[in-house]
Amino acid sequence: MMKTWQAGKRLLPMTAALGLLLAGCGREDLSVLRPQGPAAESSFDLMKLAITIMIVVLLIVYSIAAYVLIRFRRKPGQREIPEQVEGNFKLEVIWTVIPLILVVILAVPTVKAVFAAGNDHSNDKNAVKVKVTGHQYWWEFEYTDYGVKTAQDLVIPAGKDIAFELSTADVLHSFWVPSLAGKMDTNPDGTVNRFSFSAPNEGVYRGKCAELCGPSHGFMEFKVKSVSEAEFEQWLASMKAPAVLPEDPQLAETFKSACLSCHAIGDGTMGSGPSLAGIGSRESVAGILLNDDTGVDGAPILDNLKTWLHDPQSVKPGNYMPDPKKDLGLTDEEIDGIAEYLAGYTLD
Amino acid sequence: MDWITTVDHKKIAILYLWAGGFFFGIGGLEAILIRIQLIKPMNTFLDAQTFNELITMHGTTMIFLGVMPVIFALMNAVIPLQIGARDVAFPFLNALGFWTFLFGGLLLNLSWVMGGAPDAGWTSYTPLSSTTYSATHGVDFYTIGLQIAGLGTLIGGINFLATIITMRAPGMSYMRMPMFAWTTFITSAIILFAFPAITVGLVLLTFDRILEANFFNPLTGGNPVLWQHIFWIFGHPEVYILILPAFGIISEVIPTFSRKRLFGYSSMVFATILIAFLGFMVWAHHMFTTGLGPVANALFSVSTMLIAVPTGIKIFNWLFTMWGGQVRFTTPNLFAVGFIPTFTMGGVTGVMLASAPADFQFHDTYFVVAHFHYVIVGGLVLGLFSGLHYWWPKMFGRMLSETLGKWTFWTFIIGFHLTFFVQHFLGLMGMQRRVFTYLPNQQFDTLNLVSTIGAGLMGVGMLIFLWNIFITSRKPADAADDPWEDGRTLEWTIPSPPPEYNFKQTPLVRGIDAFWKEKLAGHKSMTPSEPVGSIHMPSATILPFLMSVGIFIAGLGFMFSRDTFGSDVLSFLFNNYIVTALGLVITFGSMLMRSLFDDHGWHIEPEELEGR
Repeated sequence: MMKTWQAGKRLLPMTAALGLLLAGCGREDLSVLRPQGPAAESSFDLMKLAITIMIVVLLIVYSIAAYVLIRFRRKPGQREIPEQVEGNFKLEVIWTVIPLILVVILAVPTVKAVFAAGNDHSNDKNAVKVKVTGHQYWWEFEYTDYGVKTAQDLVIPAGKDIAFELSTADVLHSFWVPSLAGKMDTNPDGTVNRFSFSAPNEGVYRGKCAELCGPSHGFMEFKVKSVSEAEFEQWLASMKAPAVLPEDPQLAETFKSACLSCHAIGDGTMGSGPSLAGIGSRESVAGILLNDDTGVDGAPILDNLKTWLHDPQSVKPGNYMPDPKKDLGLTDEEIDGIAEYLAGYTLD
Repeated sequence: MDWITTVDHKKIAILYLWAGGFFFGIGGLEAILIRIQLIKPMNTFLDAQTFNELITMHGTTMIFLGVMPVIFALMNAVIPLQIGARDVAFPFLNALGFWTFLFGGLLLNLSWVMGGAPDAGWTSYTPLSSTTYSATHGVDFYTIGLQIAGLGTLIGGINFLATIITMRAPGMSYMRMPMFAWTTFITSAIILFAFPAITVGLVLLTFDRILEANFFNPLTGGNPVLWQHIFWIFGHPEVYILILPAFGIISEVIPTFSRKRLFGYSSMVFATILIAFLGFMVWAHHMFTTGLGPVANALFSVSTMLIAVPTGIKIFNWLFTMWGGQVRFTTPNLFAVGFIPTFTMGGVTGVMLASAPADFQFHDTYFVVAHFHYVIVGGLVLGLFSGLHYWWPKMFGRMLSETLGKWTFWTFIIGFHLTFFVQHFLGLMGMQRRVFTYLPNQQFDTLNLVSTIGAGLMGVGMLIFLWNIFITSRKPADAADDPWEDGRTLEWTIPSPPPEYNFKQTPLVRGIDAFWKEKLAGHKSMTPSEPVGSIHMPSATILPFLMSVGIFIAGLGFMFSRDTFGSDVLSFLFNNYIVTALGLVITFGSMLMRSLFDDHGWHIEPEELEGR
């Protein structure tokens, strides 16, 4: 054990250098290599250790290979038969034992981290409990302690442990926020997977579905918004505030009959579609059309809503939303009206 | 007609090669289409459904119909020659194995033109592969096509086991067998144990889809995670079914072109057996994120890492085989030498993946895509290229062009690394696999472009290889018996291509690398172990072909048994299982014929042998 530790210590400088090098890779809100929370950091530490060991192995193999290939090329006119070596017991034992030692160096922290990752916070009073349900192709987040349900944007208080309960309404999905933690599947067999992570820094992180779940699997994205405790409380309060309907009574009627048969906009939690409460404050429309007034990363929310409502299938092929125009018989004006209403439906 | 009725292992090898090459081409085209779609963000070259069908068919085709048959081609072409046998143990079964594989593969690929290819990924995870979420017949083509093709593999595996156990030339003990024969032997053993698992899984999934059973349906008490276990209990050993023969090929090619015997032969054999053994105990490392719990994850992590040990033994043994030798850079050896660093890369990322907490991040990302392509393309395909160039003169009597071979090597390997090296980083930067497109500004764009360019270059390498085959086939068949001059094993003691009886007289084996040993002793040929005598040959027969056609028809009939057709006649035929029955009648009728009519084969008499 002592020996393992020393070998590990010798690898430390290289691990540190690698860490610096890899940390330049990718976006802060997305990359595995730029972890933003303890769960992702624990994975990243193991990765650095593993990559270090593997680079050492590769260097050894490549140097021997390079040496052999240069030194022992067949020279012109070389006819004599080289000495026929059977093997070398000592050498063979060496390259059996060294990989074994390397495996032990990696296995010990791996096992430790496996059990650490298995620590779930479902009975922790201080943790925020969130029930995640995967749907083709959107995410539902239910805050069981607060009676709040939302979709696509997971709002969490910074620094607090979030205890997740993962399940699915249809096929397998996999819940993944690369910069915050590794992924976990949502199983359809009734077994509930639990895990937890926390995001110490406020910010918006990109989440993805990592298990093939149908045509729009690649578009099943979501955002994690880490906010201050106060903001979180405020968000909860405004989510629980009574639902706001469109001002124009006719539009309100249309909206109710066309949309609210599936969607909910307040505490009314009926329906198979994502909750629309406060959709104007979200980071994206349908998880994939990014809301961005500057136009760099996406489009203004109103444009996105119109894009989505005018042709949901072209945005997310295979999704289950009826086409507002073709299936629900809405006119272009009604669709635009609903888009404007939804874009303005923000939380304080 | 000759080709349809043949039972000669050398001709069946060529059939396997052409059929495998054909499917490999289809799989390659699918790969190129996938890479074109991913060349830039939000590309609209393909739609999402087509993309999912392409990735499913690319994976399935490459694993089951592309590389496995080429492995079987080399095994068929070489194994009986290497162990000094006149044929495989069951020539009739050998032909049957080929035809079931071919018709299974054809059935699977018919899905492209018959209403939708399978779209649930090559792993076909339930419930995505259930009729609820995959309503076309795609997954039925997958289950039934693979079932039929898998039958061929199982038959082939059993045949090689029997051949290697019973038909080695006098003096060839197990510990004198060439490494390729050893890895074929172990591979066949893995097939024997792993394929029944997928057979059962495919039957259950077929029943779920066609007969409305509920094995994997959670609503009625089924368990979708069960499919994952069944699939990977087969799927992980499958990796070793693929890679062990490549290890064998490398272990033949490197000693030949280093003019040295394989370093640490017995530890190589031991490592091969250990890899096979461990290969069966690590399947759940494909399922770390399924939520098996920390105990299972820890156990499967550690057992997976252990595979690094025997694999490491092999890598160092190859390097030290070249140490002190005279390394010649012929095309086969270029591929073998290129194999070592490339496969090592795939090996070390494998160990990284084995660490469960890190795998929570790697799993289902491009890091995994990069890893298994380093193993399967960088390992197996380079190995197959090496083997094909090496044994081509033995199979066809013609040497492939060395110049074109070197072009193939360099374009292919550079393209390969361009394609897949950057994918490690794509995965780590957050790109999940099996996405048909991705948003811009995620820093995925450049790396995906590089990857696609690399794939194009690999395609060019393949085309050069095809051109090489084409121009070689127009040259006279004049390859020497031992065209590489340093051949070490028995196949190089007989003419290229070998006569249909292989060995006029079965040779006497006096050690490892039997032919090399005779050469060192100053002999030009092997000492025979028997006088020239009458050689028994099996008769050609069309029955294996017919049996496979029957299964093919039965499969199609079963698949469409619940459909309604435009024409009443068709509906009547399919819905009453008449088509299925007809197919089965052909198959079982052929089996009956085979049982009722004894065919004792024929003999080649000594006079005829001498006359040639």
